[in-house]
Amino acid sequence: MTLDLQLLNMCAALLLLLSFAMLAQRRIVILVNLLAVQGAVLFAATLLLAWRTGEHHLYVSAALTLALKVIFLPWLLHRLIRRLEVYWDTETLLNITGTMLVGLLIVVFAFGLAQPISALANTATRSSIGIAVAVVLLSFLTMITRRKAMSQVVGFLSMENGLFFGAMSATYGMPMIVEFGVALDVLVAVLVLGVFFFQIREQFDSLDLHHLEALDERRSAGPPASRGAPPSSGRPPSEGHS
Amino acid sequence: MKAFQLLTQAIALIVAVAAAPLFQGWVNKCRAWLQNRSAPGIWLPFHNIRKLFYKDAVIADGASPLFRGAPYLVFGAMVTAAAIIPSMGSALPLTAAADAIALVGLFATARVFLSLAAMDIGTGFGSLGARREMMIGFLAEPALLMIIFVASMISSTTALPAITENLAARHLALYPSLAFTAIAFTMVLLAENARIPIDNPTTHLELTMIHEAMLLEYSARHLALMEWAAALKLLNYACIGFALFIPWGIAAGAGGATALLAAIPVLGAKLAAAGAALALIETVSAKLRVFRAPEFLATAFLFAVLGLLVHLLLGA
Repeated sequence: MTLDLQLLNMCAALLLLLSFAMLAQRRIVILVNLLAVQGAVLFAATLLLAWRTGEHHLYVSAALTLALKVIFLPWLLHRLIRRLEVYWDTETLLNITGTMLVGLLIVVFAFGLAQPISALANTATRSSIGIAVAVVLLSFLTMITRRKAMSQVVGFLSMENGLFFGAMSATYGMPMIVEFGVALDVLVAVLVLGVFFFQIREQFDSLDLHHLEALDERRSAGPPASRGAPPSSGRPPSEGHS
Repeated sequence: MKAFQLLTQAIALIVAVAAAPLFQGWVNKCRAWLQNRSAPGIWLPFHNIRKLFYKDAVIADGASPLFRGAPYLVFGAMVTAAAIIPSMGSALPLTAAADAIALVGLFATARVFLSLAAMDIGTGFGSLGARREMMIGFLAEPALLMIIFVASMISSTTALPAITENLAARHLALYPSLAFTAIAFTMVLLAENARIPIDNPTTHLELTMIHEAMLLEYSARHLALMEWAAALKLLNYACIGFALFIPWGIAAGAGGATALLAAIPVLGAKLAAAGAALALIETVSAKLRVFRAPEFLATAFLFAVLGLLVHLLLGA
């Protein structure tokens, strides 16, 4: 095995490890930092693959990864955290140890799932497809086990990272136009979700999404102050909306 | 050749038994340096053990023979373990008797007798320590087994000397699986040897202690053997770590006497580096609450299983 392939495998293993770190992390600030690190590993992997295969469009997508996933989105999320004053996300649905053991089962499942796909692919990195599928499923699990909107968005972005890595290891990257489209989608999604966060907090005074489950016609008609669910954070309910 | 193998075995045993308190003294010295204290001498554990051997043993009323016998059993188990771990040479005749999985069993035997002896007296601290030790043990053991499975799968054998020779003979390459298992092993080492994130080795009479709580009723030669066994356990774990993750410099079976002689300073250098690293880890980390220990060990298990899975998927 050549050195660049070894390094690529190391990057793949690191991505898997980072997914578990995100699954186990309780603090939202560290979660965003882990997302940035995941982006950085993805950037390194893309760059290595571009250098190895000589495909020029991979350099472009590496630059895109660096700009968007390592620098811009984490910065945006940190800014949102500061503005919304949500530094903690303690409410995981399962305890951490249980979540990690479920995560291990998911990894085994993902490796099994990816076996036929990697048998079909003919890239040098085909064995990492299993890791990409595992990263996607683990990000799903991160989203499922969290209640707060912020960590769900981080899970969503991490899932996109996994998909990107999967496309890279299966076919050396998607066509340029698709990649640009996905990047734009992610960017817009995070911007829109950022606006959403403010709206959600305006309405419920918290980013806890289980408040949304109680929405129905009768309840949403009344003013939020008279609602059954008490505001969970310390801020007083804001006025100024109908 | 047979005589040479026996000589290797004897030298390995003597060096391990003699070096164990020295290694402990070195770790304590590094810890004191890192904490800006004036360091105790590196020979202090030796003097301590010698002092304890000269004293008269006091044994609690109602202690059964198990209590008296446990120190010899625990010490014997640790010496046996030291005999089958390839610390300097891999041509050890005794290793045919036990592979890496039996080694884990040997540690478990020592733990069982230590815990039984602690419960035997019936003091509150003894049973408290014993229960906590068993909790840590049953969580750390699967992780340790997983770590050994990864190394065994890479070299397709469970005999520790064969694993070491196989790993040392390989081309230098990045092994993500071995990197993960090395992290897992460090965590298991810290937990199993009552080191800081789990237990504080320097504490006495605190409600958080684990290992020391079990030794409270021991005195004189029994205590000396128990402390020597604890030092030997730390050395054994360090040597397992060297055998799995830094196997270079260990004399192979065909190496002969010069290779064996050359292996002694290499082992010394590795131990010095490992002791300093251990002291550093202990200095920078804070002790976890007892109820966080399962999380810590679950993380170790996770690392080991990830290592296994990554090895299966990537073949590296």
